[in-house]
Amino acid sequence: MVHDLILFVLYLVVLIILAWPLSWYITKVFTGEKTFFDPVLRPLERLIYRVAGVESEKEMTWRQYALNLLLFNVLGALAVFAIEILQGWLPLNPENLSGVQPWDLAVNTAISFMTNTNWQAYVPETTMSYFTQMTALTMQNFKSAATGMVVAIVLMRAFTRKSTQTLGNVWVDLVRSTVWVLLPLSIVFTLLFVQQGVIQNLSPYLSVSTLEGAKQTIAMGPVASQEAIKMLGTNGGGFFNANSAHPFENPTPFSNFLQVLSIFLIPASLVIAFGRMAKDKRQGYAILATMMLLFVIMLTGTYLSELNGNPILASMGVNSPTSFEGKEVRFGIGGSALFATVTTAASCGAVNSMHDSFTPLGGFFPLLQMKLGEIIFGGVGAGFYGMMMFVVLTVFIVGLMVGRTPEYLGKKIEAREMKMATLAVLIPSVFILLGSAIAVVMDAGTSATLNPGPHGLTEIVYAFASASANNGSAFAGLSANSLFYNAMLAVCMFVGRFGVIIPVLALAGGMVEKKTSPKSLGTFPTTGWLFVAILTGVILVVGALTFMPVLTLGPVVEQLLMLQGTKF
Amino acid sequence: MNTRGSFNKEILGAAIRDSFRKLHPRNQLRNPVMLIVFVGAILTTWYMVMDILRGNTQAVSFTLQISLWLWFTVLFANFAEAIAEGRGKAQASALRSTRSQTQAKKVDSSGTKLVNATELRKGDVVLVETGDFIPGDGEIIEGMATVDESAVTGESAPVIRESGGDKSSVTGGTRVLSDWIKIKITANPGETFLDRMISLVEGAKRQKTPNEIALTILLVGLTIIFLFSVATIEPYAIYSGMKISVIVLVALLVCLIPTTIGGLLSAIGIAGMDRLLKRNVLAMSGRAVEAAGDVDALLLDKTGTITLGNRMATDFITAPGVSEEQLADLAQLSSLADETPEGRSIVVLAKEKYNLRERNLTELGAEFVPFTAQTRMSGVNINGKEIRKGSVEAIKTYIKEQEGVFPDSLAQACETIAKSGGTPLVVAEGAKVIGAIHLKDIVKGGIKERFRDLRQMGIKTVMITGDNPLTAAAIAAEAGVDDFLAEATPEDKLQLIREYQENGMLVAMTGDGTNDAPALAQADVGVAMNSGTQAAKEAGNMVDLDSNPTKLLEVVEIGKQLLITRGSLTTFSVANDVAKYFAIIPAMFASAFPVLNTFNIMRLATPESAILSAVIFNALIIIALVPLALRGVKYQALGAEAILRRNILVYGVGGMIAPFLGIKLIDMIIVWLGLV
Repeated sequence: MVHDLILFVLYLVVLIILAWPLSWYITKVFTGEKTFFDPVLRPLERLIYRVAGVESEKEMTWRQYALNLLLFNVLGALAVFAIEILQGWLPLNPENLSGVQPWDLAVNTAISFMTNTNWQAYVPETTMSYFTQMTALTMQNFKSAATGMVVAIVLMRAFTRKSTQTLGNVWVDLVRSTVWVLLPLSIVFTLLFVQQGVIQNLSPYLSVSTLEGAKQTIAMGPVASQEAIKMLGTNGGGFFNANSAHPFENPTPFSNFLQVLSIFLIPASLVIAFGRMAKDKRQGYAILATMMLLFVIMLTGTYLSELNGNPILASMGVNSPTSFEGKEVRFGIGGSALFATVTTAASCGAVNSMHDSFTPLGGFFPLLQMKLGEIIFGGVGAGFYGMMMFVVLTVFIVGLMVGRTPEYLGKKIEAREMKMATLAVLIPSVFILLGSAIAVVMDAGTSATLNPGPHGLTEIVYAFASASANNGSAFAGLSANSLFYNAMLAVCMFVGRFGVIIPVLALAGGMVEKKTSPKSLGTFPTTGWLFVAILTGVILVVGALTFMPVLTLGPVVEQLLMLQGTKF
Repeated sequence: MNTRGSFNKEILGAAIRDSFRKLHPRNQLRNPVMLIVFVGAILTTWYMVMDILRGNTQAVSFTLQISLWLWFTVLFANFAEAIAEGRGKAQASALRSTRSQTQAKKVDSSGTKLVNATELRKGDVVLVETGDFIPGDGEIIEGMATVDESAVTGESAPVIRESGGDKSSVTGGTRVLSDWIKIKITANPGETFLDRMISLVEGAKRQKTPNEIALTILLVGLTIIFLFSVATIEPYAIYSGMKISVIVLVALLVCLIPTTIGGLLSAIGIAGMDRLLKRNVLAMSGRAVEAAGDVDALLLDKTGTITLGNRMATDFITAPGVSEEQLADLAQLSSLADETPEGRSIVVLAKEKYNLRERNLTELGAEFVPFTAQTRMSGVNINGKEIRKGSVEAIKTYIKEQEGVFPDSLAQACETIAKSGGTPLVVAEGAKVIGAIHLKDIVKGGIKERFRDLRQMGIKTVMITGDNPLTAAAIAAEAGVDDFLAEATPEDKLQLIREYQENGMLVAMTGDGTNDAPALAQADVGVAMNSGTQAAKEAGNMVDLDSNPTKLLEVVEIGKQLLITRGSLTTFSVANDVAKYFAIIPAMFASAFPVLNTFNIMRLATPESAILSAVIFNALIIIALVPLALRGVKYQALGAEAILRRNILVYGVGGMIAPFLGIKLIDMIIVWLGLV
C-alpha cells in the first residue's frame, strides 16, 4: 500500500513538472510566438498550406470554424471506412485479412476513431491489417486529438479576445497542434516505449509451440508508434485486443507509468496554458485544482474499493481478499487502479486491467467519471472545454449571489452562453440515459451481457457512457459487435462528440464578441479555494445526481449485495 | 402613492383568488418548470380517478395525497406571484382613481373650450387654473403655479412649477393649488407617465429581463435532464425486475426539478420593482433594475448629491490691520439684503461667531446694491460708505478703480482657500480691502462612508462638477470619490460615459436638465429626477419621484439584492436535491432491493411516507420562502468574496442540510397523523 501511495504521489508530481513547461510551449505555439522547433517546422508548415491552398492569414468566425472542422472530421471518417472495407486489396497485410465485415462494424469503427472515442467492437489482431492500423486508425488518432485541442484553443481565445468576430483559422490551428505538439511528443514517447520493450515491426504473426506442445499464434505489428499517440491523444484504441494489458503494448511497470503519464500530459498542459493565455495563471490553476481534487476523490474510491476487495472471495479461503482478478501482476492493484481512474477521467479508454472484474464500487468511479462528461483532465482539449461548460454553469448559478450579472474573465454570462453550456452538458447525458434505457428493455441489448442482474445493467450503461463521453474503454463483459450496439453506439459517439463541440464553438462565437469588464472588488472571484470547492460541488451535484438512479440500480446495489454475500 | 400597506387582508384574499385563476394553462405555459408540475398533478389525479373507478382502492390514499400536494405546489407558486403583484395592483387602482374623468380647458385660436382629458393629443395646449387637475403630461409654456404632486410622488408638500428652465414639466393627474399655467401636452392618452406607472406596478407589461431569461434557460435545462433521468428509471426498473408506479416517478421528478426557484422567480422580479417603488423610484423596465446591480461606475453631480446644494460661509480672514469682528460686521451688513443661501450663511456665521444680531436695512437708512453680471458684486451703501463683496477678481478691479491696494497677504489667503476647494469672497469698504469670507462646499454627512461601501462593492464613484479642477480635486478628496470630472460640459459627460463603456464598464448617473438627456440615454442606468424636464425623464430608464440624486446608491443596492436573491434561491433549490434523492431512491427501489435501506439515512418510516414527505417538503418550501423572495436576501456592502462565502454557507450548505431536517420532521408528523 505504501508503494501504491508513493506511485500516486510521484505520478501527480511528475505530471505537473512536465505539464508546466509544455503549457508554456503550447501557449507559444498557438499565439504564434517563436519556438525552438520553428526553423525546421515553419518551412514544413508553409509547404502544407501551399499544397492545401490554405489562406493561413484569414481568420474565421465560429460558424466557418465549426463547418470546416466538421468537414475535416467527416472526411477523415470516410477515409477510415474506405480503408477498412478495401484493406484486402491494400498492402501491409501479411495475415491476408479481408475487408472489415460487417458494414456496421466498419461504420462504428470509423466514427469511433473520428470522435476520439476508440471504442473497439472488433478484435484488432484478426480484423485490422497493419495498413489499416497505421494509415486509418493511427492517422485518425492524430486528427481527433488535434480536433479536441483546437476547440479548446478557440474557447481560450473566446475568453481572452474582446469585441471581435473571429476565433482563428481552423487549418492553421490543426496543423500547429499536429506538427508542433502531437508529432514531437509522439516521437519521444515512441522511443521510450521501444526502449521498454514495446514491439515495432511489420512481420507476419509468429507461430510458436508452447512448452506443453500446443501451437500458439503470437500477433506482431508496428505497436510502439501507435502506442504513443494512443495515450498522448487520449484515444485509447489498442493495437491488440487486450489493449495496455498486453505485454507487447505495455510490458513493464515503467512503461505503465509512462502510459498513464502521457494520458494526462496534454490535458493538464492545456489547462495551465489557459491561465497563461488569460494573462492570469491563477485562472488555470483553479481549474487544474478542481480537476485534481475530483481526480483524487475518484482514485481514492477506486483504489480503496479494489484494495478491500470481495469478501465472498475471502470467505472461500482465498489468501487475500484484494481484488486481483482481471489485473496484471506486473501492475498490481495500485498500477491498475491508477490506470483505470486515469483512463476514464481522461477520455482515453485504454485499459491495463479488466474493469468488468473490478469490485462494483471500483467500477462505479470509472463509470461516474465518464458520466460527468470526461472533464477530470478529460480528453485532449475535450476535457478543458467540457470543464469550461461546468465553469460557465457554476459561475452563472453561484455568481448571481454576489449581486452582479455573472461574468467569467470579465465576460458576461447571458442567455446565449447558458443555452450553449446547458446543451453541451445535456446532450451527452441524455444519450447515455436514453441509449442505455432502450438497450436494457430490448433483447438485442440484454442478450449481449455476460452477467445478469445489476452487473449486467452496469455493463450496458458503461458501454453507452463510454461511447457518449467519447471514452472508448470497454467494461468488457458485453458482446458489442452486433448491429444493434454498433449502430446505437455509433450514434452516441457522434452526438457525444459534436453535440458538445458545436455548442462550445457557438458559445465561443458569442463570447469573443463581448467586451471585457475590468476586474473589481465586486467581481465574482474565479480563483482560489472557495471557487474550486464550489465548482467541485456543482459538478458533483448537477453532474452526478442525474445518474443517481441508474448508478444505484447498478454498481451500488451490487456492492451492497456483495457485502451481504450475493453474487452475479 | 401612500397606499402601500404591506400584507393586508385584502391583498392576501386577492392573491389567494389569483392563485386559482393562474391555473389557466396559458399562465402555466409561461413557466416551463411549473408546467411540468402542473402536468404531473393532472397525471396523478387522472391515475387516482382511474384507480377509484377500477375499485383499486388500496393505494388511493397515497395517490390522493401526492396529487393534492402537487396541486398545492402549483398553487403555492401561483400564490407567490400573485402576492408580489398584489401590492402593485392595489397601488394601480389608487392611481387610476386620480386619472378619473378629468375635464381640460383646451386653448385654440378661438379661446378655450372644455374637452375630455382623453381627447387631448400631443401638441395641444391647455389652460390649468387653481383647483384643476392637470389633464396630461406636458411642458409649461406660460405661467407659474404651485402643484400638488402627491398623487404621483406621495409627497404632500406642494412644489412650484414654472415655464422655462428645469422645472417646467408637469405630470397628468397632479393638481394646481394656486395660480394658473398653460401647458403644451407632450404625451397621447395611454402613453402618459401615469399610464406607464400603472402598467408597471401592475406588472401587466412585465417582460422577462435578460438575466431572468438566462436563468430560465438553465432551469429548463435542469428540468430536461431530470425529465430524462426520471423517465429512464422505468426501463432500468423493468430490467431489474420491478415496476415503479407513475405516481412515484412524477413525485420524484417534481422533487428534483428546480421548483423552488421556478416557482419564485417571477415573484422575485416583481418584488424587486416593488422595492424600488417603495423608495419612490420608478423603473421603466426590469432590465434597468438588473443593470443597476451590475454598475461599475457611478457618475454623480457634485451639487445636491455629494455636497449640500449651496456653499456656506465657514471662516473670516482679515486683511492686515482689520479686526475679525470688524470684518464680520461689514460682511453681515453687506449680506443682509442678500437672499441667496450663501448670503444667508454669512449673516448666520457672523451671528454665531460674534453674536452680531441681524439689523434692518431700512432702519439703518441703507441702500442695497444687488448683484449684477457687470459688476459681479453686491453690497450696501450706508451713511456714504460703500460696502461691497464679490469674487477676488471683481474686488481687485473695484479697488483698482479707486486706486486702492489689494494686500498681498490676503491675496495669498484667497489662493489657499481656492486650493482647498473653497470660494473666497472678498469684502471691501470703499477703496479699502477688509478681508475675505471662506465659502465652502459642505459635503453631505455620511456620504464618505457610502462611497467607501461602494468601493468595497467594487463600484467606482466619479464626481461631475462645473468647478475648476483645483476646487473639484479638493472636494473630491474630502468626499472620498475615486475620480472627478471638472469643468464638465454635457458633452464631456457623454464622452466620459462612452469611455467607461468602451472599457466594458456599466455606468449609472442621475440628471435632471434637458442637456443631461443624451448622457442619461447613453448611461446603462439613467435616473432622471421627477422635478426635471420631460426630455430628461424620457431619456432615463428610471425616474426618482423624490428627486433625490443620492437615491442612485439605493438603486444599485436594490439591483444587487435582486440578483443575489435569484442566485441564492437557485443554489438552494439545486442543493435541496441531494436530500430528496436520499429520501426517494431507497423508497422507490425498496421492493426489489431492500438492501438499499442502508441509504435511508433519515430513517423515514415507510417508502410511502418517505416519498410523500419529500413532496410535501418541496411544496411547503415555496411558501416558506415567499417572504424571502419578496423582501430579498439581506444585502451588505461587502466585497464579492465575503458575500459569496456567506451566501454559499447559508444557501448552498444550508440548502443541502435543511431538507434532511425538514423531510424527517414531515415524515414524523404524517406518521403521527396516520396519513400513511
